[in-house]
Amino acid sequence: MTTGAVRAVVWRSYYQDSMALMRLAATLRERPGVREAAALMGTPANHDVLRGAGLAVPEAADAGPSDLVLVVSAATDADAEAALGAAREFFERRQRVVEESGRRRPRTLSSARRDLPDANLVAISVPGEYAAAEAMRALKAGLHVFLFSDNVALEDEIALKRLAVERQLFCMGPDCGTAYVNGVGLGFANVVTRGRVGCVAASGTGLQAVVSRLDALGEGISHAIGVGGRDLGAAVDGAMTKLALHALAADTGTELIVVISKPPAPSVLSPLEQAIRATGKPVVVCCLGAAPRADGNARWVATLDDAAGCAVATLRGQAWTPRSFGDPATVRTRLESIRGGSGALLGLYTGGTLAHEARVVLEPLIGAVAYGAHGGGPHRVLDLGEDEFTVGRPHPMIDPEARAARVRDSVERADVGVLLLDLVLGKAAHADPATPLVTALFDARRAAERAGRSLTVVASVTGTARDPQGLQRQTEALEGAGTIVLPSNAEAARFAALTLRRDLATTLLGGSS
Amino acid sequence: MSIERLLGRPLAVINVGLEVFAQELEADGVPVVHLDWRPPVGGPRIAAILARLADDEGAGGMGGS
Repeated sequence: MTTGAVRAVVWRSYYQDSMALMRLAATLRERPGVREAAALMGTPANHDVLRGAGLAVPEAADAGPSDLVLVVSAATDADAEAALGAAREFFERRQRVVEESGRRRPRTLSSARRDLPDANLVAISVPGEYAAAEAMRALKAGLHVFLFSDNVALEDEIALKRLAVERQLFCMGPDCGTAYVNGVGLGFANVVTRGRVGCVAASGTGLQAVVSRLDALGEGISHAIGVGGRDLGAAVDGAMTKLALHALAADTGTELIVVISKPPAPSVLSPLEQAIRATGKPVVVCCLGAAPRADGNARWVATLDDAAGCAVATLRGQAWTPRSFGDPATVRTRLESIRGGSGALLGLYTGGTLAHEARVVLEPLIGAVAYGAHGGGPHRVLDLGEDEFTVGRPHPMIDPEARAARVRDSVERADVGVLLLDLVLGKAAHADPATPLVTALFDARRAAERAGRSLTVVASVTGTARDPQGLQRQTEALEGAGTIVLPSNAEAARFAALTLRRDLATTLLGGSS
Repeated sequence: MSIERLLGRPLAVINVGLEVFAQELEADGVPVVHLDWRPPVGGPRIAAILARLADDEGAGGMGGS
């Protein structure tokens, strides 16, 4: 064990949300002499995290879920004490901001409703084990629900949605990352204009990709109803998808509907098709992995990019056919400019649906692609937002460091020749996700060069010009690190495949050169 | 409250959980009240039972009032 000091403090009955604590811990880690810092509520899972990080201390052993635990490991006693003092100041400052705003903070839903009598939606992002209870109260109170929390039991989801349908209320989620109501974004939302496209989405990043692409193509969003990833499964039976389609059919501001999901369970397919037909509006369906087809008022497409492109063309009365690349000539030039073209492909994703889409695009081009950390190979795609990678850590869209570490580790694997990445922007996401990634990419590239290997890095950026991180700024930062940035995730995956199989150029880029 | 009362009316939100979401909505000019939420005494199972027992249409508050 290295010398140094570990200091801890427990504040009883002092609940703080996980994102605020993550930001505090990150601030403390940057202080002089601090080696590691943890700011956590004393839940059983967080005690495990502390043990795993070597920060379990006797004085925090009996801390409960309502107790805040701060642990700092530093070079000296003075450094550790100073960091704990800084944490105290952090909370005092927050408290002052609340007090100076002059607004009281209600403790119950009923008193919140007295403060905001026109409230029509409750946004819930408490820890998963408490989320269903809060959602149930909101629905019983006649309020729509945006349920961001994950780790909600399937039987709870079924009960919540049954009640919601009965009351004609939305229960968006659980695990609903993004939604838009009246053009206003909820959760991880990109800044887009209000417009005439309505969405029904079982996926947060899938929705972000579609609305961002629509924005780039000059179309805006009326509403986007998130339904959670399990909605089109057999157990939930498409309860919210059907309600959302019905609502968007009736909404006068919605001229076209986009449905985004994984393929529905076989038992849900026919009811879904019926609900789509019943809208009487053009519907573009992107169920990643389902075959493209035309079906009455519905057009099923293969990728998120296609969903946006097809929607825009349909609205404008233009013909639409899927294309591998929007600008094949530029792609050809870029492909010819890079060497490499051997080794395994490793996809390191922060967006779950983007990871899934990459695999759907890649497999017909380069063969089997393993999903997750174990088995299969050599090609692999990881969704770093999956539970196995986020234990005790925030989601990689909030905290990009875990992915940066994986990028560095990737070159330890001698066979990796192509890295495929996503970068997801928007409100509530990390303020500058490109910077830690770029630093890691420089390290990885240097290590690869030292080993006499080439490393091709291909990425896409999901976001808009008005997102706080700035689409152009983030794109340029990646390009500055030698990354080839494509306009969509599907194009990035195809380009990555092309670097490994140049014989696909004729098929993917057309015959002309 | 029907669907039309959400999609046809200005959004007004009660936020329970991550404060950053309340701040983002406020920056968008959306009326929002951030609840001072704490894990209910008694843990998730008791919270679930209390939620099932909660009266309809707003009576009874989160964690009691």
